[in-house]
Amino acid sequence: MLGSIIQISLGAILINNFIFSQFLGCCPFLGCSNKVDTAFGMGLAVVFVMGLASAICWVINEYILVALHLEFLQTLAFILVIAALVQFVEMFLKKMVPSLYSALGIFLPLITTNCAVLGVVLLNVQNNYNFIESLVYGITGGIGFLLAIVLFASVRERVEFAEYPECFRGFSICLVSAALVALAFMGFSGMAIPV
Amino acid sequence: MTTILLAILVLGVLGGIFGALLAFASKIFYVEVDPRQAAVREALAGANCGGCGYPGCDGYAAAVAKGEAPCNRCVAGGAETAAKVAEIMGASADTAEKMVAFVPCSGSAGVAEMRFNYSGPEDCQAAMLFGGKSNKLCTFACIGLGNCVRACQFGAMHIVDGVAKVDRSKCVGCGACVDTCPKSIVKLIPQSQRIMPACSNKDKGAAVMKFCSVGCIGCMKCQRECPAEAIKVTEFLAQVDTEKCIQCGHCAEVCPRHIITLFDK
Repeated sequence: MLGSIIQISLGAILINNFIFSQFLGCCPFLGCSNKVDTAFGMGLAVVFVMGLASAICWVINEYILVALHLEFLQTLAFILVIAALVQFVEMFLKKMVPSLYSALGIFLPLITTNCAVLGVVLLNVQNNYNFIESLVYGITGGIGFLLAIVLFASVRERVEFAEYPECFRGFSICLVSAALVALAFMGFSGMAIPV
Repeated sequence: MTTILLAILVLGVLGGIFGALLAFASKIFYVEVDPRQAAVREALAGANCGGCGYPGCDGYAAAVAKGEAPCNRCVAGGAETAAKVAEIMGASADTAEKMVAFVPCSGSAGVAEMRFNYSGPEDCQAAMLFGGKSNKLCTFACIGLGNCVRACQFGAMHIVDGVAKVDRSKCVGCGACVDTCPKSIVKLIPQSQRIMPACSNKDKGAAVMKFCSVGCIGCMKCQRECPAEAIKVTEFLAQVDTEKCIQCGHCAEVCPRHIITLFDK
């Protein structure tokens, strides 16, 4: 059990990183990575929502969809769950933890349409993970996202002061540097962790 | 057929449950928001320039709704916005004097002597790291690498011949350039103020003579000639008291260095 959890965690954070090898969640990855601070806030919000969504979607999938042989409804049901969950979390934070709410504020609603969150719950089903494994995969997948976006944001902060051709200014250099950061993560690909 | 019905039923029930939970949660977790806050936010210019001294338009709207901030702080919106905000809050607006940015430096290329030829990143702060002070021999001079140009959200700052210039028709007086200038020479002046000495140098006259052909040498001529006693030389630099100034422009005429700027009305 412990072995498989370590395997899942390392796989989600490094080897099969959501952004760099599965290409999920690229929109917020490019959109919210101007500054390390905001990137960190976005990353934390994703960890939070991905963990919660994994747990709740697992329960719904196992006890409602699989039990009633309605597996084809997974995508639809999961989107419903994620959207409702994000709304609920937003309300909860606004009332109970206003400081965290104002820190995450703008990013929370954005996550509703983040494909990494939907991806993680669908992958949980594909990989036949049990409840604990799903939860671990959700949280570590989020940590992988956090790692990727913070690393990329610090690269972009440096690029701001670098000298590069005028025609690359703006979004072009952002895509080029994203590709280079992704190359670094290619080093992990194909690694296998013995259970 | 049963599968379809079951699918509709399951999703319908799930949606219903989530909807009910959210409706319930919104009652429990309801946070009271002053309706005036939203109305004030709507009335503001919405540039998030920070000219009011609050973090963005939302921050200022919240402060106004709480009664902590005056109605006329939105510099980007001007008097019109102040009146709207005042109407929402049920108070009368004290119209704010419109401020505009001003760069008191005339040390353009060929006028001010250079300390070294700088070819690093386009950033005033970065240029200051070399040689300790500036790329120009005058330590008070505008560096001219455009930190203020990048800070300005209204396109009102331009670098002309190595010195930042303000486009007064576009400037809203938010003060973003004032905060970003590493030399701290940019300042806000009332738009009605026509006369301003365009120099920041506080060195003695003889020193200024060496490295700038237009810098203020503190000769006191303007101070002696001013009919309203509004211009004073302190620390070898002419400074105008905007309260006393009668905008006659006499100082600009007598200044031997022609450094006193006269704006069009």
